[in-house]
Amino acid sequence: MSNPQQLRYSKEHEWLSDAEDGVSTVGITAHAADALGDVVFVQLPEVGDSVTAGEPCGELESTKSVSDLYAPVSGEIAETNQDVVDDPALVNSAPFEGGWLFKVRVTDEPEGLLSADEYASFTAGG
Amino acid sequence: MGRNIRVTEYREPDMSDIRSDAGGSGAAPRTTALDAVHRALGATMTDFAGWDMPLRYGSERDEHLAVRSRAGLFDLSHMGEITVRGPQAAEVLDYALVGNLSRLAVGRARYTMLCDASGGILDDLIVYRTGEATYMVVANASNAQTVLDALRERAAGFDAEVCDDRDAYALIAVQGPEAAGILKGLTDADLDGLKYYAGLPGTVAGREALIARTGYTGEDGFELFVSPDDAVAVWEAVTEAGRPAGLVPCGLSCRDTLRLEAGMPLYGHELTTRTTPFDAGMGRIVKFEKTANDGAFVGREPLEKAAAQAEKAPPRKLVGLIAQGRRVPRAGYTVVSAADGSVIGEVTSGAPSPTLGKPIAIAYVDPAFAGPGTEGVAVDIRGTHEPYEVVALPFYKRQR
Repeated sequence: MSNPQQLRYSKEHEWLSDAEDGVSTVGITAHAADALGDVVFVQLPEVGDSVTAGEPCGELESTKSVSDLYAPVSGEIAETNQDVVDDPALVNSAPFEGGWLFKVRVTDEPEGLLSADEYASFTAGG
Repeated sequence: MGRNIRVTEYREPDMSDIRSDAGGSGAAPRTTALDAVHRALGATMTDFAGWDMPLRYGSERDEHLAVRSRAGLFDLSHMGEITVRGPQAAEVLDYALVGNLSRLAVGRARYTMLCDASGGILDDLIVYRTGEATYMVVANASNAQTVLDALRERAAGFDAEVCDDRDAYALIAVQGPEAAGILKGLTDADLDGLKYYAGLPGTVAGREALIARTGYTGEDGFELFVSPDDAVAVWEAVTEAGRPAGLVPCGLSCRDTLRLEAGMPLYGHELTTRTTPFDAGMGRIVKFEKTANDGAFVGREPLEKAAAQAEKAPPRKLVGLIAQGRRVPRAGYTVVSAADGSVIGEVTSGAPSPTLGKPIAIAYVDPAFAGPGTEGVAVDIRGTHEPYEVVALPFYKRQR
């Protein structure tokens, strides 16, 4: 599955949209969703929570594993996706669209977020 | 690819190691005769007991539901086949295993266990009697060498030979309500006459096979022991014949959730060297009344004590737990009293149940909390006590 060009990517397999009015959308990549298998439970941060780039801020459970969800940037949670909480399979079926996880008002962005092409080579490298 | 996915806290010891195609560390895992087929199907592979096996082909939930409602096709070639053959083959098995295998009729199969001298379970097995003086023992991949070594040691002094036939067979399972219908057109064997836990030689798609009505899914189904040289032909013939009925290839991930719903134990989880068959609630498979070898068998005395103990003061009991919430219990999580948080048991297997639509678990719990419907039972899920309902196993039983 191809990674949308307009997004940026973390090495923990989150994607981040360009900020609109200072707010970016975050989800996990198709690559990560494929590796996890069927996602059955999503725990997201609460609106108003502060998150720190590179720190866990939620979790994803699949049939076989529990994975931390990492904040790709620092900021304050502006909105969470209730649809994905109700139907975690959206993470598998539409990771870059309906399966988005939260929106964050960005206060600080770490260096080293990857472009789509860089992320593709990062994951191809295994 | 998955080595960059940070999976924390929980790692199934052998199933969930979602790994890169480039491979991880350690020795290269063995591949089955169907390896190229799995890769062509785009399977996600996993290292399971030293074998590179399909974990899933697409959605493991869809594969699970296909087996419950239609049919699924599994490569189980990692399982370990051991042949015991000779005039005293029956006596060897009666001495080496807890069951009464000399009473097993030719053409029938039995679920049994190999225990150590103190009654601890070394493996659970299915034994097929394929002839008057021939048995095939099927061991878990992870324990096959242990089983082979133990059988050889225990066969000393008997007139029988123990043969390592692990490389002689590929094992293909067809499981689900449509399995018999799919296989019928491919075989010369009388499937209608083949009972559950029976096996007979025949052909499938013109290739020789031992056709057994056994499985690990809780559904009707068949296990086909074939030559590795015939595995691809048999797999492709079953795939073709099963297409109209909706048969799909299935990986080990759904095999685990299928057996969990069916309340079937898995070695390394419900069964370990620290548990006896009585601890696991399976004392009925230990046959003290066997007559061969004057009733002697490995582990007899400690197992008699375990039986008496289970009678008067039962140890922890194996029960089912159904989540009221959505967080999934995993092996090793503690079961606690919701009232005071005290530890009352331990989860041995847990997963989201596709059939029930809720997380489920098998757990050992103190007898006081083991009754179905017991109030106040919770599982500690990474620090949070989530309420669980206690039920009798299995979670799922097919309509016959």
